[in-house]
Amino acid sequence: MGSSYDLSKIDVEKMQVALATDVGSTTTKARFFKKIDGHWRFICAGEAPTTVEKPFEDVTMGLRNAIREVEELTGHKLLKPDGSGLIIPYQGNNVGVDLYVSTSSAGGGLQMMVAGVVKTMTAESAERAALGAGAIVMDVMAIDDGRPPYKKIERMRFLRPDMILLAGGTDGGTVKHVVEIAELIKAAEPRPRFGLGYKLPIVYAGNKNAREHIKNILGEKFTLTIVDNIRPVLEVEIVEPARNAIHRLFMEHVMAHAPGYHKLTEWVMAPVMPTPAGEGMMFRTIARMWKINVLGVGLGGATTNVYSVYEGKFVRTVSANLGMSYSICNVLKEAGVENIMRWLPFKMSERELRNRLANKMIRPTTLPQTLDDLMVEHAVAREAIRMGFEHHKLLARGLRGVQRKRTIADIFEQSMEEETYIDMMNVHFVGGTGGLLSHTPRRQQAALILIDAFQVKGVTRLMCDSIFMMPHLGVMSTVHPKAAMEIFERDCIVKLGTAIALDGHSKSSGPAVKVTAHMPDGSTVEKVVNYGEIASIPLSADQTAKIVIEPSSDFDVGTGKGKKREAEVWGGAGGIIIDARGRPLHLPEDFETRREMLLKWFRALDAYPESILSKEKI
Amino acid sequence: MSGSVSSGKKAQSAHAYTPGLRVSPLSRVWKIRRLPLPGEVLVNKDDKVSYDTIVARTNMPGDIRVVSAAAILGVEPEELPIYMKKKVGDPVKKDEIIAMYKAFFGLLKSEIKSPVDGYIEHISEVTGQVIIREPPIPVEVDAYIPGIVTESIEKEGVRIDCAATFIEGIFGIGGERHGAVYVAVDSPDDELTVDMVSSKWKDKIVIGGSYASAEVMKKAMSVGAKGLVVGGMDFKDFSDFLGYEIGVAITGREDIPMTVIITEGFGKMRMAKKTFDLLKQNEGELACIDGATQIRAGVIRPEVIIPKLDVDPLSLPEEAEIYVGGMQPGTKVRVIRAPYFGALAKVVSLPVELQKVETESPVRVVEIELQDGKRVIVPRANVELFEW
Repeated sequence: MGSSYDLSKIDVEKMQVALATDVGSTTTKARFFKKIDGHWRFICAGEAPTTVEKPFEDVTMGLRNAIREVEELTGHKLLKPDGSGLIIPYQGNNVGVDLYVSTSSAGGGLQMMVAGVVKTMTAESAERAALGAGAIVMDVMAIDDGRPPYKKIERMRFLRPDMILLAGGTDGGTVKHVVEIAELIKAAEPRPRFGLGYKLPIVYAGNKNAREHIKNILGEKFTLTIVDNIRPVLEVEIVEPARNAIHRLFMEHVMAHAPGYHKLTEWVMAPVMPTPAGEGMMFRTIARMWKINVLGVGLGGATTNVYSVYEGKFVRTVSANLGMSYSICNVLKEAGVENIMRWLPFKMSERELRNRLANKMIRPTTLPQTLDDLMVEHAVAREAIRMGFEHHKLLARGLRGVQRKRTIADIFEQSMEEETYIDMMNVHFVGGTGGLLSHTPRRQQAALILIDAFQVKGVTRLMCDSIFMMPHLGVMSTVHPKAAMEIFERDCIVKLGTAIALDGHSKSSGPAVKVTAHMPDGSTVEKVVNYGEIASIPLSADQTAKIVIEPSSDFDVGTGKGKKREAEVWGGAGGIIIDARGRPLHLPEDFETRREMLLKWFRALDAYPESILSKEKI
Repeated sequence: MSGSVSSGKKAQSAHAYTPGLRVSPLSRVWKIRRLPLPGEVLVNKDDKVSYDTIVARTNMPGDIRVVSAAAILGVEPEELPIYMKKKVGDPVKKDEIIAMYKAFFGLLKSEIKSPVDGYIEHISEVTGQVIIREPPIPVEVDAYIPGIVTESIEKEGVRIDCAATFIEGIFGIGGERHGAVYVAVDSPDDELTVDMVSSKWKDKIVIGGSYASAEVMKKAMSVGAKGLVVGGMDFKDFSDFLGYEIGVAITGREDIPMTVIITEGFGKMRMAKKTFDLLKQNEGELACIDGATQIRAGVIRPEVIIPKLDVDPLSLPEEAEIYVGGMQPGTKVRVIRAPYFGALAKVVSLPVELQKVETESPVRVVEIELQDGKRVIVPRANVELFEW
């Protein structure tokens, strides 16, 4: 099974037409690209309901529908007359396609259980590897996770993972503990989600000395794949072999048991990737091409994926139950009603808010029609991203268990190794994707959501996905990175502006910062912003400006308190957004004071129509 | 358990989409009753079954207990087999000695007793663990709906078909239940109040109108009602009733003796008249209900099935669960989001161009005429097909 195309024999430079699809849990999305005047461009999109479930049980039906929509919109023939695949390669005269790739998250994506010996060491490394491969991690088991063996077994029997990643021990170290976990897995016999007669795949990435024992214990009942140890020594984490094995097994086992996928794997020219892996691939490409630190968020209906590429380290996390539709009530549950309400400039009863979110949960495809409904969704989005990022920071941290030489300074900062290595001051770029962020009626709304949720500091460029295209470009970049990046820059990225955010607080409400912008037309714009306020200098998406930031002595923009900083910034719907509200951002508890502040911020960016801002109660 | 219903609509085009909630006076309803693991199917094709007939049975592997035997005995893991009194596969009784270590002519002695009845599944020379498996747990699957066995799936289960009135709800909690339909209000606009709850509700599937509170749910459960079906309830009341907050819409396994289903949505919402009238017509009849709801990955909606045993299900058409075609002027719909949430309407036109709604978002819209004759524009995503 699998693709019959040998990409090494295909000259990507000669490609003219490309198609990428994403088979999502509810919608299958096709994106059609063409090389025009030597440049790759996005041409159009086609969408149709996913057909992985009964009564269809064949993903290619939904795929054909989505691709047919592209055909209808462009007049370009893509499907073979009998519908058995795509016409490859491009035949000229608007027939055929040179490249076809796909991602998939249908049926809830790739769901994994990971296990290791020590929770904060090998189990954490295994978790990072599985997440980086695009999986949803259902549970992390470890010898020291505080659960007695029978509880672990009970949990394993309850879960129905698609795959297990087992790590544990350094090479040459004791084998006992990792074998103990393997014995528990064998005894629990976790059953896969799909198919009664299907052997659950297990990837073993632990102590190499335990391999024979692992084979004896798990070899018969499971499909066992052995790869290099994820932590060969404590000081090193190597996730690539485990991640690659997960991708391969996802194709060969998990997808092979999903209805109609065998056809899809024959249609595509490169391996099908889990959707978040495609999205992550694109954020990595941005970081690599522009040589910057990147933070990204995929805010979906069911999950929130957060990606960071920080000083070359890539980490992805998924908060499986934080989302804008299916799991919107879980955002409410986790964040608490007050944390959502704090972003609303009007009063709404708690009961009403809960009912609105619950109605969105049970009718996930509906859209906000009223402005108050829109603002409620934006409030939830801020909290979902905030919590997703909190979760991310727990994994984006240095390797633990490593012996380090401690200096006097380290002793004073005892929590250092517990904390994330992501310093918001050094994050140069924040990108958002997903229906809500891509479809904000005013782009300034998306900019504010990202600023508030991530609490950016210093100078940060902001962007969002024009239409959901990042996973498509990610998988495309595995075959043709140049085309993917060209389309990303020209048609995918929507520049929202650049945020200049001050770190710190002040006792005075007076001037906090002066920003001088040297505009592209040669003029100079000067703006002084008071503490607690936001202001904007208009700068369009196709423009850049050189700026000089002069914070007052209470604030830091990345060069130290009160120190001047110069930067080159890009524009966008929000222009140059000067955020002098201070960090961490505080919202007053008293409704009237808070409302006054929120209104000031929203008005400063012209983020919402006056008709809703003037309403005090809904 | 999977299942479906058909009401005889024909496929019209390739563009299939998810329909609105189904409410049908007479349909062929079928259910696949499947074992969680292969086992024995107890009925045959063409058999008539009652809702409580056991149709299949199997044994789930028993729970396991892990005993750190080498550590308890104070021996090395590789020495463990020497001290074992039982071999892999041997049955053991609770408190029976399974391993013993003696030294110094019996002066130093430690022993390990089995914590449970079962058998020895594994003795590890690497970890020094002994794994004891408890006896298998029998699992039975009943028919849930009365009807005819139309298919027997070897070792897995059966398909049962019946003719029934079928009503799909939007959200529910609690699993499969059975009881006679009892309509406790006069109109779909009426609220169920605490003072209405009576001993007459015992063993009944109680039908309300537009609203019921957590207090009503609690009192209904205390008098022994089997089910409660109303138009709307506050989301908060579900948490108050269950004692915990619902985060994700995957329900049906709550540990409660009464199943609750809402047919329209959260908040005070008048039950659709058609739904209410159908339930009223079936007062006193047996209803099979299930509150299980799953919004994602294989939508499952809660359901009320009122079997019609005098109608041969095989005489009704069997078709796939695909409602196709699309909205056209005149199509009846229900609005499923503010500001007209719950309103019933008819499609007037389907503008091709995207239009901006109040949020300023350009969206695909539909023009509809509400029951009071007012014409409004709403996003197409905010209506569902609904016969009223």
